[in-house]
Amino acid sequence: MTDTYKDSGRAGLEDVDEFVDILEERRRSSDLGYAFRTFNPQPYKGAPSCSTADLNKAVLESQYLSYMAKEIAMETGSSVEEVREEVCGILEEMSQNLQLGFIRMMAYTLSKVFKRLFTSILVNMEGLNMLQQAVQESPVILMPNHRSYMDFLAISYILFTYDIPVPVIAAGIPLAGMKMVGEILRRSGAFFIRRAIGSDKLYWAVLSEYVKTIVRRGFAPVEFYVEGLRSRTLKSLLPKLGMMHMVLEPFFKGEVYDITLVPISISYDRVLEESLLAHELLGVPKPKESTTGLLKATKVLQENYGSMHVNFGRPLSVRQLCHGKINRCQFNLVPRDLPQQPSAEAQACVSWLAHLMVRIQEEGLLISPWSLMACMLLQAPTTVLTEEGLLWHQLTEKTLWLRKLALDFGARLNWPGQVPDSDVISSTVALHCSVVQRKAGRVYLVQENEPLRKCPISPEDGVIRMAAPLLMLASYRNQSMHVFVRPAMLATAIRVTESTQRDELFSFFCFLQDVFSNEFIFIPGKSPQDFEEACVLLKKCGAVNFSQQEVMVLDAGSEVLSFLQALLQPFIDSYQVMFRYLCEEGVHVLSEKQFLPAVRNLATELILSGELCTYEALSSDMQKNVLSALRRLEAVTKLRASEQNEYRVNKAAVRRIGDILSRKIPPQMLQTTPDARL
Amino acid sequence: MASNSSGGGSSDRQGIAQQRLRIIAGHLRGPVDGDSTILAAECKAQGSNTDVSSEGKTVPRRRQEIMKWNGWGYSDSRFLFNKKGQAEFTGKRYRLSGMIIPGLKDWFEGTFGANLQHKTPPTPLLTNTAVPPATLNEAFVEEVKSTGIPFSHDAEDRVFRAHGHCLHEIFALREGKIGRVPDMVVWPSCHNDVVKIVQLACKHNVCLMPYGGGTSVSSALECPPEETRSIVSLDTSQMNRILWIDEKNLTAHVEAGIVGQDLERLLNESGYCTGHEPDSMEFSSLGGWVATRASGMKKNIYGNIEDLVVHIKMVTPQGVIEKSCQGPRMSTGPDIHHFIMGSEGTLGVVTEVTMKIRPMPEYQKYGSVVFPNFEQGVACLREVAKQRCAPASIRLMDNEQFKFGHALKPQVSSIFTSFLDGLKKFYITKFKGFDPNHLCVATLLFEGNREKVLQHEKQVYDIAAKFGGLAAGEDNGQRGYMLTFVIAYLRDLGMDYYVIGESFETSVPWDRVLDICRNVKARIIRECKDKGVQFPPLSTCRVTQTYDAGACVYFYFAFNYRGLSDPVHVYEQVEHAAREEILANGGSLSHHHGVGKLRKEWMRDTISNVGMGMLKSVKDYVDPNNIFGNRNLL
Repeated sequence: MTDTYKDSGRAGLEDVDEFVDILEERRRSSDLGYAFRTFNPQPYKGAPSCSTADLNKAVLESQYLSYMAKEIAMETGSSVEEVREEVCGILEEMSQNLQLGFIRMMAYTLSKVFKRLFTSILVNMEGLNMLQQAVQESPVILMPNHRSYMDFLAISYILFTYDIPVPVIAAGIPLAGMKMVGEILRRSGAFFIRRAIGSDKLYWAVLSEYVKTIVRRGFAPVEFYVEGLRSRTLKSLLPKLGMMHMVLEPFFKGEVYDITLVPISISYDRVLEESLLAHELLGVPKPKESTTGLLKATKVLQENYGSMHVNFGRPLSVRQLCHGKINRCQFNLVPRDLPQQPSAEAQACVSWLAHLMVRIQEEGLLISPWSLMACMLLQAPTTVLTEEGLLWHQLTEKTLWLRKLALDFGARLNWPGQVPDSDVISSTVALHCSVVQRKAGRVYLVQENEPLRKCPISPEDGVIRMAAPLLMLASYRNQSMHVFVRPAMLATAIRVTESTQRDELFSFFCFLQDVFSNEFIFIPGKSPQDFEEACVLLKKCGAVNFSQQEVMVLDAGSEVLSFLQALLQPFIDSYQVMFRYLCEEGVHVLSEKQFLPAVRNLATELILSGELCTYEALSSDMQKNVLSALRRLEAVTKLRASEQNEYRVNKAAVRRIGDILSRKIPPQMLQTTPDARL
Repeated sequence: MASNSSGGGSSDRQGIAQQRLRIIAGHLRGPVDGDSTILAAECKAQGSNTDVSSEGKTVPRRRQEIMKWNGWGYSDSRFLFNKKGQAEFTGKRYRLSGMIIPGLKDWFEGTFGANLQHKTPPTPLLTNTAVPPATLNEAFVEEVKSTGIPFSHDAEDRVFRAHGHCLHEIFALREGKIGRVPDMVVWPSCHNDVVKIVQLACKHNVCLMPYGGGTSVSSALECPPEETRSIVSLDTSQMNRILWIDEKNLTAHVEAGIVGQDLERLLNESGYCTGHEPDSMEFSSLGGWVATRASGMKKNIYGNIEDLVVHIKMVTPQGVIEKSCQGPRMSTGPDIHHFIMGSEGTLGVVTEVTMKIRPMPEYQKYGSVVFPNFEQGVACLREVAKQRCAPASIRLMDNEQFKFGHALKPQVSSIFTSFLDGLKKFYITKFKGFDPNHLCVATLLFEGNREKVLQHEKQVYDIAAKFGGLAAGEDNGQRGYMLTFVIAYLRDLGMDYYVIGESFETSVPWDRVLDICRNVKARIIRECKDKGVQFPPLSTCRVTQTYDAGACVYFYFAFNYRGLSDPVHVYEQVEHAAREEILANGGSLSHHHGVGKLRKEWMRDTISNVGMGMLKSVKDYVDPNNIFGNRNLL
């Protein structure tokens, strides 16, 4: 089922040449004329547009909210009127106020900004055409990946350009707090969601009724980031299921005939926030979203960011996807307006669908030459990058080798066709001069120089300074990890188990998936297919041969296999460092706040002593992933009573996972519980 | 409705006045037996006729003499396109009979993409060689012969009782394809005859299938192909007398084989009615209503069959089941009537029923309301139900059916009428701004004394006005109800021109009515497309009954099957998908058609494992040898 969708999702979009640069037209004609042209989109079933007031009224008067208001009033002892007032407050804070005038203004401004930042914004016309069709047939949910603030209005901008109803967009509440900008976004269709809603029942209720009402009415597509957040590491994040539940419920409960999901993959040659993100990962706090901050950031506008690709995936029918996965009769016995805990079946279905969407987003991404180069650069020893320099021709050769491998693995590459490969590589390096520099036939890592600092840098600070560009490189490598991760896990399994037996390899493969499923997106329950895919791909590139029982390494495959193993190695090494910390330290209970700096210190120490080769253990993202993975594997438990995310560590369990990972003991079935993140 | 319209051209008011006169005259004359108010009749001996009413009954033993063997209804009544290409309805039985329907051709061709040049005529005659030879249980036959109960193993008789009116059944007959048919038909003429037949069937291990009006649309009458015993169709049509009328308690004791139109006509002669008017009432029988839990159009006043029944007598392999008294309600454990009602012929034969009767209504008035869209119409019906002021009947048709109803308007005689029609249309669409592609119409039927009817009418129209409804006249209302009985004839016309279709129903809570209508219609259209149907199907619905907590919804679905190699299979797949959609949207498996064999697969999910076990254990006790082996329901 999934596979057919994956295939069909791909089929229509095979032709990379279909991409059209929408900035080209903007460079030729007036932005003002463009912003004021007639905009006459065809919404779902010709649904009448729904004013903010109407929408909010419908939400406010819904049976669901009046029920919830009564229930919450009863629980808290306040009056129903007070609760309703609170509901009004939440709605006011949340609601979008989509206005065509502001869309036009946004279109005008963004034209200016985009033209300055990007060489081109490439959009696949076929995807857009299908979207145009889909929008008229059922309520549409736009699901882009989230890599940069630039994503935020890019979709609206494109839809406005092509006469498709502009979406209402789920945004984080911090954006609403920005002076002016918050209001502009609101009027461009953004609605704002608080972070960390936790157990605030009333807020959940208002939000879900708000989202469901928009879906039911179908006057505009709903856009939201299924990953929940902007990915700091340019890697796909595990999907968040809350919003997904809300948008799907109207279908589950029969309130709409179908819902169309449109995965959208946005790829950047160079991400505006690259350095900001790297520093955030190293624990330098992210600047609060503010308008002045935004204005200060205008210096980023001076630079060139290459191209942006927006790939609209094939619209997917929720009805077809969920066929046989959910029994909609389960909603027959309770009034649909009343709150109902989703059944295990519904949760599994939503989770599966969310993972599937992220996977389709990944497959729709365009891989830049730079991402391939980043894979290669990270496999060179750090000293080579910083001191000796990597030979130019060596980098070129390896990148071209990797290009072939990526193509074998079915990746979509964004590799300019008409230009000699050497030019592609040098222009790529030029675009990323903030990370690498070419000097005298060699490539060097650019290290931050902080001339203001007078006292000599301590070795620890030196590590952090070095870490920033390396984490940037790692992020760009991550852009193509989804292409390699399955074969890389098989390659690792082959090396670690030293076995050719398929079942043995498979069980280690599954173990790796278990451990790393916070790092990489695996569709739940699809391990056998993932394994099969890994085998097929490795066979395709001539690295292995396989039968029903065995996977045999071929002589010619050593280069591929060692590359793939090395690709996964930083993750394994980093996880081991953290396991080691958790096992060694005297503490049994620790909070996330303690864990992050402590692990960073340990990793710094190990890097200085030469014991640890990767700097990625310093990344707070990976540190948090380890905690989540261990919680999932029940080696770490969250203390319920604790306010500040305190965890109890089961050292034996952590040690066991570490030992399996280094093959001191064979993998046994790790206890995993079904993901129940809501 | 059928009975009213068969009266011919007299206006309603006149008709009602005449009926009123008849009632009064009846009272003056007094009952047949002097001062007794109870009219009684014994089980009639062969050939003699001593029942209450001696008028000729509708259903003869050889039904094929007056009814179609491969289509709906009377042989003399059918739609056809005449040489001018105009649609007309033949015969003399109905209000529409003999009339030209000028709009039908355009609607038919436009809706289905059908073409009068492309005909698919049925096999004209039943070829006896196509009928499998009868497997007779000789000992059984001998003993039946000795009782004197008439029977037959004539091919035509057997084929006639081998089917209901599901699309696949009629389609096969038209193609001349005959599957497993009963091996023998028996015609008991009273309860005791049935007792004898059932005893003999048990003794000789013969499979019995009760047959009433033959209007089933659930494959209930299909002979199980795996049945190896001799199958005997027990035709109840000759058990058709009203045995007595109790005017003090307002009940009538009736033999279960009587068909609806006879029952109403005979009761009307005494000034009474049951008020039970299912759409099939011309042909369906009292026993069939009990066996399927039937529902009548006027249930808002009179109730559904379960509300109407006071006493039931049923013959089972274990003996006769009945209650000992006629108390209007009892607390004596689970009501045994509810094992009988809906048992679909799996437990025994219902032979006699005591039913509530009512004095005939003094006054009847049709009405109709046009709504700007279906949503408003449903909201209005919901409000009417909430205020519990539903008229005898209230039905809401969607836009497609509104157009369909329009296409069935007979040729108008005067320019004035057509001018008025034009004016009305102008008023509604232009002046009131109703979109002709969205508006929908509710048809109404009020009954009672004149004053109350008028008052009631005002109340309902006032509610309708709140939902944007405009009163649209009696005529539209009456035509809406007329549609009900001619629609079955229309299907035969469609089948002459590559169009097949059927209706199916469900019941659903109020808050889901709109969703189920939209989703099921959309599902039908989508499935047709996926299954390769070349033309857009007709997918339409109407709300036909209101209840406190929900409504009954009917779906009509038809399509042009040109270009399909196995149209019936496609039809069945789409109907199956539509039923799944109904269930997924909180609709019931059936409101009143029953389960039969067509919907058996969903029974377990519908009534739970334990529920199935309960029903099975009843079957196992009552009929351990599966004498009533039609294999419906479970």
